[in-house]
Amino acid sequence: MSNKEMVDIYILGKKYTVPASLTIMDSMEYAGYQLKRGCGCRAGFCGACATIYRIKGEKELKVSLACQTKVEDGMYLTQIPFFPGDKKIYDINKLEANADTMAQLYPEIYSCIGCNSCTKGCPQDLNVMQYIAYAQRGELEKCAEESFNCVMCGICASRCPAGITHYQVGILARRLNGKYIAPPTEHLHKRVAEIQEGKHDASLKELMSKNTDELKELYNSRDIEK
Amino acid sequence: MYTAQIRELIKKVEATRSARLGSDFPRMTPEQREEVLKEYHPDYKEKGFRKLRIGVNQGDKVPLELADVLEVKSRLGNIELDLNKVHYDVDVLIIGGGGAGASAALEAHQKGANVLIATKLRFGDANTMMAQGGIQAADKPEDSPAQHYLDVMGGGHYSNKKELVQALVKDAPDVIKWLNDLGMMFDKEEDGTMVTTHGGGTSRKRMHAAADYTGAEIMRVLRDEVLNREIPVVEFSPAVELILDSDGKAAGAVLYNVETEEYLIAKAKTVIIATGGAGRLHYQGFPTSNHYGATADGLVMGYRAGAELIFADTIQYHPTGAAFPPQIFGSLVTEKVRSLGATPINSEGEQFVFHLETRDVEASAIIRECLGNNKGIETPTGVKCVWLDTPLIEMMHGEGTIEKRLPAMYTMYKKVGIDMRKDPILIYPTLHYQNGGLLIDEHGQTKIENLYVAGEAAGGIHGRNRLMGNSLLDILVYGRRAGTHAGQKSKDVEVKELKLDHVNAYHQSMEENGIQTDETSPMILPHYTHGRE
Ligand SMILES: Cc1cc2nc3c(=O)[nH]c(=O)nc-3n(C[C@H](O)[C@H](O)[C@H](O)COP(=O)(O)OP(=O)(O)OC[C@H]3O[C@@H](n4cnc5c(N)ncnc54)[C@H](O)[C@@H]3O)c2cc1C
Ligand code: FES
Repeated sequence: MSNKEMVDIYILGKKYTVPASLTIMDSMEYAGYQLKRGCGCRAGFCGACATIYRIKGEKELKVSLACQTKVEDGMYLTQIPFFPGDKKIYDINKLEANADTMAQLYPEIYSCIGCNSCTKGCPQDLNVMQYIAYAQRGELEKCAEESFNCVMCGICASRCPAGITHYQVGILARRLNGKYIAPPTEHLHKRVAEIQEGKHDASLKELMSKNTDELKELYNSRDIEK
Repeated sequence: MYTAQIRELIKKVEATRSARLGSDFPRMTPEQREEVLKEYHPDYKEKGFRKLRIGVNQGDKVPLELADVLEVKSRLGNIELDLNKVHYDVDVLIIGGGGAGASAALEAHQKGANVLIATKLRFGDANTMMAQGGIQAADKPEDSPAQHYLDVMGGGHYSNKKELVQALVKDAPDVIKWLNDLGMMFDKEEDGTMVTTHGGGTSRKRMHAAADYTGAEIMRVLRDEVLNREIPVVEFSPAVELILDSDGKAAGAVLYNVETEEYLIAKAKTVIIATGGAGRLHYQGFPTSNHYGATADGLVMGYRAGAELIFADTIQYHPTGAAFPPQIFGSLVTEKVRSLGATPINSEGEQFVFHLETRDVEASAIIRECLGNNKGIETPTGVKCVWLDTPLIEMMHGEGTIEKRLPAMYTMYKKVGIDMRKDPILIYPTLHYQNGGLLIDEHGQTKIENLYVAGEAAGGIHGRNRLMGNSLLDILVYGRRAGTHAGQKSKDVEVKELKLDHVNAYHQSMEENGIQTDETSPMILPHYTHGRE
């Protein structure tokens, strides 16, 4: 970091001066924190680091992932280390992939008032309100596709006036889609059966009996699928 | 956002692009591979390693940073603990809530065992969540478990434990089926055929994926299922030491509540270590792609208890870590970017290595291009690196491919103002994976009775080098195997008196070997200051 431009940020209201090139997460560490909560993958995949902030002088509250967002001058911030979302318990084997299932497990989706706060808050740029609409209508495949990049950070749910836990609706839709709606894979079932019947035992046993030189020979001359 | 200076350099890549498109760059010969590994792979750098002075692997070399956490005192050294004050009493204790831990929990629960998962961060804050590229399994007609076996052995330079490889490739199709039945959304054709691609070192296209959120999709589904089965999970409660009983068998662990700073005793009939990798030890100063909790805790606890390490000196540096901009430094650029056709390019706009060599070879070739041939690019922050020519992907597979098949990558770069569909990206190897770990058998058992290891903490399966897509596979194959076996076995175990004698013995041995230190381990959480003085 050669040209160190610095900015002032306020972590839980306390002022710290940090390099402008840092993410919110790194800036907290620069300020002296050893993170316990609010830090998982550090790469935008796990949703551990939801953060709420406001820039000095502005009205709007913003939400983002601390590991994916650079600090800005005058940022007042706090993390949302835990969100008490509602997850329903179910047996995936006993469900049907339709709107009734959604209505039974997450009836609050029908209380959506269309404020779009969920979508505005999503750090993954998902159209959250849209995927909830798909869930309401039982269009589970669309709900699954639309919610696919969800990191379950909870920001959407934290802003919802209707008390919807969107990300739990999303995962239910995805699991129903993967299990019941997506086409079954014939070649997979066939191979699993072959293995159970012992059809691949002999070829594996033969390879296992080879010494390193023999294996090397086979490896170096193996044909490679185009 | 690229600076004007970098923009200027991109022109050289653009100038050669159309000529490179469709031309085959030759793979290295076996001799060329040996040579580049010897000269440029960090594992061959003697100064990065030292020999262990105590324990089962006394005399074996391991990375300095690992030795530094193995050869120090237990965190429990000066702490008074009443081992009879048991807070959790279960059949199977699973340490670590990643993919290996979750799959072990499901199978042990299936066997009727009373299971507890104790994990360091939140359930699912784990390397598994970050895996993008895919998972291997030989389930297509033109492929076979034997073909898969050959690839694994060749990739591992024939050092792998054969029985472990056999179990890996044989269980693989069933793992995919298991995930599919749990509702994982695999990439499929309309007729249900799996969309599969090559990975470095594969001879068949057997990489299954869920876009480039493969690990996240696996983790989300497994976590949801563990919660549905109401298996208890305690978060922010890492294990800091194993507990053995008076017969020397594994019998639980001491957990540390990082918030209340209390130590809690978890008693169990069988124990599964599923704590994952060690990227956050930053071997040889490399940045890492790993999650925040990857600090080799499982290796430390297991080693103190007498479990054996294997191949702990072999580390996987992923060829393509992000080198620019600094916010994403070290983050992974999934191998799938190369599987889909992007190739490494030097400062002159030339390709210098086949894009799908095994990872160790590919990474070494990139290091050679920068340090040996001096044909790297230097970023404004002084990092040497090379290009990965991503626009090739859409020229080969059509517009929209990147957004559809690599949404996580596309989003990561978009957030930092780079459009990888139009511009190449800058990459350099990043510390990615520990190839070795604690030695296991086909059931995930160590030589300490009732102690199992699964996932990245285990060693032997991949030998000295793992191929992409075989780790997500192994954590599930061995997570399930360990869970099943430990769940079953727990029915016949009677735990004797709980002891930490092995810790005292380890301290004693340190003293006898003249090792003096006040440092303690496991590390639990890394400490970063980002250059603050
Ligand atoms: C960025 C990235 C991309 C990858 N891509 C691929 C890929 O495409 N294909 C592939 O096959 N592999 C890939 N890998 C490798 C693969 O994802 C990992 O090796 C694998 O997921 C490890 O699973 P695990 O369950 O063993 O460990 P993890 O998933 O890391 O889980 C370990 C868990 O244990 C916890 N823990 C650690 N210490 C303690 C303690 N003391 N007490 C309690 N809990 C503890 C951790 O916090 C974590 O939650 C990738 C890895 C990374 C980092
Ligand atoms: S730490 Fe995982 S998303 Fe930020």
